[in-house]
Amino acid sequence: MPKEAFRGAVLRLLEEGARLVEVLPRQEYEEAHLRGAINIPLKELGRESTVGLDRAAPVIVYCHDYL
Amino acid sequence: MSPRAAWRLEGMGFTEVYDYPPGKADWSASGLPMEGTQTNGPTIGDAARRGVPTCSPAETVGAARERMGEAGWDRCVVVSKERVVLGLLREKESDADPQATAEEAMRNGPATFRPDEPVEKMAKRMRERGASAILVTTPDGKLMGLLYRDEAERLAGLGASERS
Repeated sequence: MPKEAFRGAVLRLLEEGARLVEVLPRQEYEEAHLRGAINIPLKELGRESTVGLDRAAPVIVYCHDYL
Repeated sequence: MSPRAAWRLEGMGFTEVYDYPPGKADWSASGLPMEGTQTNGPTIGDAARRGVPTCSPAETVGAARERMGEAGWDRCVVVSKERVVLGLLREKESDADPQATAEEAMRNGPATFRPDEPVEKMAKRMRERGASAILVTTPDGKLMGLLYRDEAERLAGLGASERS
């Protein structure tokens, strides 16, 4: 079951090597994203688009906010 | 959107998946590093001066005034143990009885702003409202710094004639 992580935990996870994935559409990602994040829009999220991610490593997903 | 993404990743065999629900809005408003085509201009987080004197609500006005004088500031921010902004002592409030507590003398609940606001927009807003300085805090209310209008106008590239 995915866990929720808030700012402090996200910072710690990044120090430990977690990958950040923004799931918003590409244009929103290009305008502004968290430093170091990659973009996989939700509509494109699948085995092919995640082939470069290590399945055993922590991954943090985010969008704009709670909505 | 991100909870659905997190579930999908788990379904694809990822073993350690986290969802950061407040997402980009929270990160940016906390002054943490962003990248992208719309993140290039200076923000009030960049421009705010750090090191503004602080005091607890229980300290005396006299002690706060001394701290302001030593550090060469015209304000002292009243904060909780967690650095959450509670009030502000400007020169006017710091002229109160030196034995009064900061809590008694402070201006309650001063307006605070998040660090990701563009400095240009804020400089114009400050000028329109006649504000000489504003407090910059994280989304959870913790003090980051104090932004003076002169500095905001300088960074916004407003000329001297525009500043008057």
